[in-house]
Amino acid sequence: MESFFETVKVVPLNHYILLSAIIFSIGVIGVLIRRNAIVVFMSVELMLNAVNLLLTVFSVYGNDPNGQVFVFFIMALAAAEIAIGLAIIVMIHRNTNSIDVDILNRLKW
Amino acid sequence: MSVFYFIAFLSILFSLLVIFAKNPVHSVLYLIITFFTFTIHYIILNAQFLAVVNFIVYMGAILVLFLFVLMMLNLNKDTEPTKSIYVKLAGIIGGGVLLVTLVGAIKLTAKSNPVVLRDVNLGSVQNLGKVLFNEFLLPFEVSSILLLSAMVGAVLLATKEGKPKATTV
Repeated sequence: MESFFETVKVVPLNHYILLSAIIFSIGVIGVLIRRNAIVVFMSVELMLNAVNLLLTVFSVYGNDPNGQVFVFFIMALAAAEIAIGLAIIVMIHRNTNSIDVDILNRLKW
Repeated sequence: MSVFYFIAFLSILFSLLVIFAKNPVHSVLYLIITFFTFTIHYIILNAQFLAVVNFIVYMGAILVLFLFVLMMLNLNKDTEPTKSIYVKLAGIIGGGVLLVTLVGAIKLTAKSNPVVLRDVNLGSVQNLGKVLFNEFLLPFEVSSILLLSAMVGAVLLATKEGKPKATTV
């Protein structure tokens, strides 16, 4: 078990930041190119998880447990957000028979 | 060392598959695999509590909710709307520019030290529980109220109202 954690000791902090930046950018691209509202939501989840991983890495790097507590709070927030968001999507689908985000252009000013 | 790079490669691969899969159901399944690789990252970092919570909350609860809504709305490849190729290209370029900016900003910083696990008990349930219930007791209770209000709001939104929806137009 101890030897398994030895693997992390040779990974530079930069590589973790790079991984999180790549995943976050993939989430941004997903929000921009998809029209299905549920897939857009899943891309937002990808972004949240990239930030979660980065917070955990910084927490381990700085030997500070507060970062991992914040990840826990972000997970609780994400759960609440997903419950509300999917309920709104279900309601929109019931009214317009579509979850295409471009249909919702009435939300523009 | 190579474990991290292998898992990081899998994370990037499956998250790319999430946003490029045509079928939304396949997207959810790829997202489950992506979150599993994140759980492995947490285990490598010895964040045991977060690994378990990520496994249960994300892979167990949130993605099942996604799959449930997808099945309930009966969405599949046929109902999938398609964007024009120019909008997709613009989106990819926009995200790529963001990535290049982030990477350039990281390159400016000094050469980083490796991530070293100094305290083996850092991410254990016992240690995090002590922090959570001493310093963060009030935010913890507030988050319970947040989850309760989210649950009530979701039930209110998703139930069909019996009244005619003349007032909603």
